[in-house]
Amino acid sequence: MSNECKVDCGRRRLVVATAAVGGVGAVAALVPFVSSMLPSERAKAAGAPVEADISKLEPGQMMTVEWRGKPVWIINRTPEMLGTLPKLDDQVADPKSEKKMQPDYAKNENRSIKPEIMVMVGICTHLGCSPSSKFKKGSEEGMSGDWLGGFLCPCHGSTFDFAGRVYKAKPAPDNLEVPPHYYIADGRILIGEDKKGA
Amino acid sequence: MANTNFEKYKSDGSLQGNVLEWVDARFPLTASIKGHLTEYYAPKNFNFWYFFGSLALLVLVIQIVTGIFLVMHYKPDASLNANGVPVAFASVEYIMRDVPWGWMIRYMHSTGASAFFIVVYLHMFRGLMYGSYRQPRELTWLFGVGIFLCLMGEAFFGYLLPWGQMSFWGAQVIVNLFSAIPLIGEPLSIWLRGDFVIGDATLNRFFSFHVIAFPLVIIGLIAAHILALHETGSNNPDGVEIKAKKNEKGIPLDGIPFHPYYTVKDIVGVVVFLMAFSAIMFFAPEGGGYFLETPNFYPADPLKTPPHIAPVWYFTPFYSILRAVVWPIFGIDAKFWGVVAMGASVVIFAFLPWLDRSPVKSIRYRGPIYKTFLTLFVISFFILGYLGTQSPSYWGEKISQLCSLIYFGFFLLMPWYSKVDKYRPAPDRVTG
Repeated sequence: MSNECKVDCGRRRLVVATAAVGGVGAVAALVPFVSSMLPSERAKAAGAPVEADISKLEPGQMMTVEWRGKPVWIINRTPEMLGTLPKLDDQVADPKSEKKMQPDYAKNENRSIKPEIMVMVGICTHLGCSPSSKFKKGSEEGMSGDWLGGFLCPCHGSTFDFAGRVYKAKPAPDNLEVPPHYYIADGRILIGEDKKGA
Repeated sequence: MANTNFEKYKSDGSLQGNVLEWVDARFPLTASIKGHLTEYYAPKNFNFWYFFGSLALLVLVIQIVTGIFLVMHYKPDASLNANGVPVAFASVEYIMRDVPWGWMIRYMHSTGASAFFIVVYLHMFRGLMYGSYRQPRELTWLFGVGIFLCLMGEAFFGYLLPWGQMSFWGAQVIVNLFSAIPLIGEPLSIWLRGDFVIGDATLNRFFSFHVIAFPLVIIGLIAAHILALHETGSNNPDGVEIKAKKNEKGIPLDGIPFHPYYTVKDIVGVVVFLMAFSAIMFFAPEGGGYFLETPNFYPADPLKTPPHIAPVWYFTPFYSILRAVVWPIFGIDAKFWGVVAMGASVVIFAFLPWLDRSPVKSIRYRGPIYKTFLTLFVISFFILGYLGTQSPSYWGEKISQLCSLIYFGFFLLMPWYSKVDKYRPAPDRVTG
């Protein structure tokens, strides 16, 4: 185009260069606006750990505490509930908890520190609904006859067992998350932090 | 506008005339009124389907006016008040119970949202029937698709504001859809929410989008939509170009001035519409649980999902398409492909002008194949819409997969069937 240029080519180049530099400036001006939509410092700091008192949690009961705006479930599992877990190994997607959905100290058959006490984030790994507890067997909960108890997500029908392991061929891709946690004392759990020095 | 070179007004010496001449010398007042109203020639054979464009404009005005007054009392604040109720939820209850006439303004706005979609869907269907999207009106159609996309965003953001259970969990599910995009999904959804969960930051930005950003864009797009329409002139139920046959003054033989002919005709449409609108607003503002969903009468609880969640009715056809995709492809989660399918089901409307190869525009002169496809498309749209309100089930999934195929088939097979289909030649002049 430079040869056919009927206008002053030097000026045309300067106009293009000016427009380009101005364009860079305009794009740079987007940065503060786009960044302002990221989580604020206050939102980032809000992830403080929470303490839960489980001394009054009877076997078979579940309690919910709020951590980082999400429900965290603590379930005192009965021996019968724990007994359902090995039976389901071939029906769940990740029976050995290979995917990193739990801290290493919860990567075991019960997905917990103490076998009976299950601590997990009650948010479905599909689209973030909170599953409902369906602890009784089969049709008592309106589930199929071979249901051994666990959780059902009301949004898209994913099912989980008493260790938060997701059943195969369900929309949710992963097991429920086990948050970092440890026992401050017998009957008191701190959720949101690993044991120091551990 | 057909012709902008209207003569400027020359005063007859009266005060009124002098004022108009003064204005006209400085602003194209006479030219605008003539170009868009009194000398904008619209086909004389419009039927009732042509009400819905001006009705959409009316609903927009209703939404903006009621919105201005709602913002005077509404508070976008997710924190809990002294009674342990979120401030935003309590402020909507305050509008409903304590603000004089607040209940009516709020119900006008909530009914208006559903009315907007009813009117816009009918307006779009009119376009499908009479080939209004076709050459030379492609840009009018594209601006329209843009308006539809923004309207969906506007409705979605607005639905979070009452901060009820359905507001919260609906937003949770939709924002999490973005996290299905490989690599950038998770950071993108955090950026959209402004937090790691739906919270106060999300509520405030949705308020900003709903009240400022999207209305501005929508108004701009509507201006472009109407300007593009007035450049080409309106289509009509016969799908013939009235500008092809003009009289010696250059006025289309089949054209009549928009004002007073269609302004007066549209008033009839407005009266009928307002009767239906008022009946819903006064006697059934919840629309049987479809316009205002029952779980939204409970304040948002981040710890508990309602037993059955579903989007508002106007999103359910697209939500069904999302749910119909259940297979992972190329090693990427099914939920990502569901999002892709849902996005495609809306954006695909933009391609219509180039997918349609029929020699005629209007359904009046088209053959049986097009009529069959259009009928199946409409039936599928309704079935998808119904299934989207229901809990997931085995048969629901199978039927929604079939209907999604028909939905996309209507568009993607159009280059083929619109070409091979029989047709009758369109007349030279409109048929009245």
